[in-house]
Amino acid sequence: MKNADIKRLLYTHLLCIFSIILSIFIPSFFLENFSVLETHLMWLCICSVFVTAVNLVLYVVVKPNASSKRSSLSYKVTRFLKCCFYFLMSCFVFHVIFVLYGAPLIELVLETFLFAVILSTFTTVPCLCLLGPNLKAWLRVFSRNGVTSVWENSLQITTISSFLGTWLGAFPIPLDWERPWQVWPISCTLGATFGYVAGLIISPLWIYWNRKQLTYKNN
Amino acid sequence: MTKSGDHGGDSELEISAALFLYSPTALFLRAPPEEPEVVPQISLVPTLALLLGLPIPFGNIGEVMAELFSAVEDSQPHSSALAQATALYLNAQQVFRFLHTYSAAAQDLQVEEFHRLNNLFSKASADYLRLLQSPQGAEAALQTVITELQEFLRGVRAMCIESWARFSLVRMAGGAALLAAACFLCLLIAQWATSPGFHLRPLLLIPVAWGLAGVVVCAGLLATTELKLDPVVLGAVAAMGSVLHILWKAWAGWGSKRPLAALLPIPRPVLLLLLIRFAAFFSDSFVVAEARAIRFLLGSLILLLVAQLHWEGKLLPPKLLTIPRFSAPTGPSRHKGTHALGLGVGLLLCIRLAGLFHRCPEETPACHSSPWLSPLASMVGGRAKNLWYGACVGALVALLAAVRLWLRRYGNLKSPEPPVLFVRWGLPLMVLGTAAYWALSSGADEAPPRLRALVTGASVVLPRAVAGLAASGLLLLLWRPVTALAEATMGAPRMRTVLTPFSGPPTSQADLDYVVPQIYRHMQEEIRGRLERTKSQGPLTVAAYQLGSVYSAAMVTALTLLAFPLLLLHAERISLVFLLLFLQSFLLLHLLAAGIPITTSGPFTVPWQAVSAWALMATQTFYSTGHQPVFPTIHWHAAFVGFPEGHGSSTWLPALLVGANTFASHLLFAVGCPLLLLWPFLCESQGSQKRRQPHGNEAEARVGPEEGEEEPLMEMRLRDAPHHFNVALLQLGLKYLFVLGIQILACALAASILRRHLMVWKVFAPKFIFEAMGFIVSSVGLFLGLALVMRVDGAVSSWLQQLVLAQQR
Repeated sequence: MKNADIKRLLYTHLLCIFSIILSIFIPSFFLENFSVLETHLMWLCICSVFVTAVNLVLYVVVKPNASSKRSSLSYKVTRFLKCCFYFLMSCFVFHVIFVLYGAPLIELVLETFLFAVILSTFTTVPCLCLLGPNLKAWLRVFSRNGVTSVWENSLQITTISSFLGTWLGAFPIPLDWERPWQVWPISCTLGATFGYVAGLIISPLWIYWNRKQLTYKNN
Repeated sequence: MTKSGDHGGDSELEISAALFLYSPTALFLRAPPEEPEVVPQISLVPTLALLLGLPIPFGNIGEVMAELFSAVEDSQPHSSALAQATALYLNAQQVFRFLHTYSAAAQDLQVEEFHRLNNLFSKASADYLRLLQSPQGAEAALQTVITELQEFLRGVRAMCIESWARFSLVRMAGGAALLAAACFLCLLIAQWATSPGFHLRPLLLIPVAWGLAGVVVCAGLLATTELKLDPVVLGAVAAMGSVLHILWKAWAGWGSKRPLAALLPIPRPVLLLLLIRFAAFFSDSFVVAEARAIRFLLGSLILLLVAQLHWEGKLLPPKLLTIPRFSAPTGPSRHKGTHALGLGVGLLLCIRLAGLFHRCPEETPACHSSPWLSPLASMVGGRAKNLWYGACVGALVALLAAVRLWLRRYGNLKSPEPPVLFVRWGLPLMVLGTAAYWALSSGADEAPPRLRALVTGASVVLPRAVAGLAASGLLLLLWRPVTALAEATMGAPRMRTVLTPFSGPPTSQADLDYVVPQIYRHMQEEIRGRLERTKSQGPLTVAAYQLGSVYSAAMVTALTLLAFPLLLLHAERISLVFLLLFLQSFLLLHLLAAGIPITTSGPFTVPWQAVSAWALMATQTFYSTGHQPVFPTIHWHAAFVGFPEGHGSSTWLPALLVGANTFASHLLFAVGCPLLLLWPFLCESQGSQKRRQPHGNEAEARVGPEEGEEEPLMEMRLRDAPHHFNVALLQLGLKYLFVLGIQILACALAASILRRHLMVWKVFAPKFIFEAMGFIVSSVGLFLGLALVMRVDGAVSSWLQQLVLAQQR
């Protein structure tokens, strides 16, 4: 049971990584002058859309958590709207946190907001897919001994590593190397992306190596 | 620049560059040399100056490039050599003047070499003047003069290089090793202090003895080998001796039973943070951008604290976590943690707002310094000036009101002791004085001529009056630091019944330790009984708080009294930053207290994250009060606050004023450091209050006497375990010193390793000097803060002893 779960987890994560790689290469066939650094905002939007789409598809196909009891259309619609609202809220919250951390308040608003969007894509969207718009469940997953399945464990790891990557991405900004990727927020978005990818790779491996110690009370 | 594009280092490629000169006339009469000549960089200044017909700058010791002064178009013979000799003579004269002035002020030039160069110059100038008077002299004579002058200039340069650009690698390494050993020692003793067999007294005496022994041995050695006694070396040996003893003892006692990981008790995230801080001192970009970097690190630490609270389940009340098996056993800390998220966001907001008052480092064109750092007097618009003045006075009043509110909240404002009276009446006076001084200084130009004398007089008197008030307040605080209500218990009739298990005067410390908590609890009961009789409604535990917050009340009062004169030394609008400073340290203390469980009697410890956050906040405030660790941005105007006419010849007073302005944040945070230990005990009362609120007053009044035992003891818990209290204070001081110590170690290492770096004089060396001064100020402040706590402790002891004796009579 557990091993099969881990295998499925690995495949879904590989698909997510693949979608990020695609978002780098596919647009250059359709758009002229596309490059990750120069048309960064465009890439942010495309990458966000790709990752969200892959996450949604995987959620529908794999169904990691038990399906909810109610399945009426209105319930699904309200759930979807709630998810959208949560996603927007998380974008705004991230934006506020970036500003509190020292991002410029008025200049580069669009850049900062898109950065918030991509970070939400890496963190909030998987949470929404896996746990639904349920804040209590989120708070439970991100606390000690709060995870109840392999999926939640990997969610924890990828989210934390995305945040860590974002945090580390801020460090090159003051250096005087004068490289194009040192500009706000490019280094942070790249850091977030690398952190997310690293989390995607690490979490199945980590869970596989520690599968003896991990005991989930639900399974 | 190297082939990889690096620059600023000391490799051959980085320190040499091509010199390209263009001249419409031929410069080289003969064919130019095969291997091009090397021209030192400092020779550019005199050459360009003379070519432009300007005087050579006084401090220059370069040598003009003689080839550039060959005037060929002139028809006269020897004119080219004469022009070269003239240029060199002008240059040599300037260098000679500089050398004389310098040697009169400093003694670091070699005497013999100096005399030789002196003679060389007099001979060359005599030759030159003689040639000028009899211009029919031969070409050869001119050439000798040129050679002599060049020899003089090169000799001066060589002598100065030998004397100035000298790095004593042995001393650098020794100093760094000493610093590292001291830091390690702080860590070691902070670790040791919690072990049961730890005694304070040998810690002081034995190292002092070892240090003295080291000094004596070293002085003896130096005397026998007839070397000069160097105080620096002696001091180093003394420090090494005192450190070596403890290190050796630790090495011997370490053994193999303990793992090496126990040596680093710092939790891993905080260790990472300290490492980043350590490494950032080695990059000139990070030192220049430290104001931003420190805010980033502080924000990260705060979010980390909040996240950690949540991770451990202390952030949210258990009812939010729906699944019942996840609700861990509920402790009292859970209730406090509910607002930790709000505290964290508030802190981030405060830090961001304080960041608006930044001053840009030099040579960063994209950065604009905050316009709010300039004094109000420089503002033009009358309306805006009035608004700003109102805001500044509002900040002052808010600061005062906050402190009074805090003291009232813990009941310390009820006491009739002189320091409390001072807080009630003296502090508003200080606020009034400060506001009046600001009004005068910002509008001094608009005063009518008749009042000029009055204005100047007031601007002398007012700052001195505020400083004097603050000093007298501090003295009062030192004289009577106990701000508890003594009269309430003196006439209490039931005191004897409580003390029946203990008869006779307390003879030993152990007796006193036994009696003190009893008296405390009895006081609570007594006051509660009175309140019960007089009014059933109202805060029942008010009187109990007075002794429970006696340490922190003294600390907060002292900090406020310190802050006002420091505030006066800054520009008016910095008062908003000071308000933010108090607010954010209050929030941080609350946030930290939410994560610390209250140990009832065990060893009290202050966690590393608390100490690191405190040190980071001190640096952050240094930057947000408009300072930068470079000399041009020192606020020199602070020296004239209260002394608008200058200081005459005395230098220590202006130095003190400017130093107090520059290192105000270091001083305030170091003095306030003991609050880190005290605050969790203060927060104990809130938890218990909240818990009891649903009961209602009547029910509580009935169960009063029984519940007296569970009443929050707050800071009296510290008195219950005096040994642990002392150890905790020592440990707190050592931890703070360690965090500061690794900063200064990093600065020293950076300045010594990167001594050939392009930015060493611009960035690393000033940073090191500022950090070293800040470290000294912080150490003194820390010592003062701990001494104040000890003084309060002693005063509380004698106060309680008097109570006991009064009862027995």
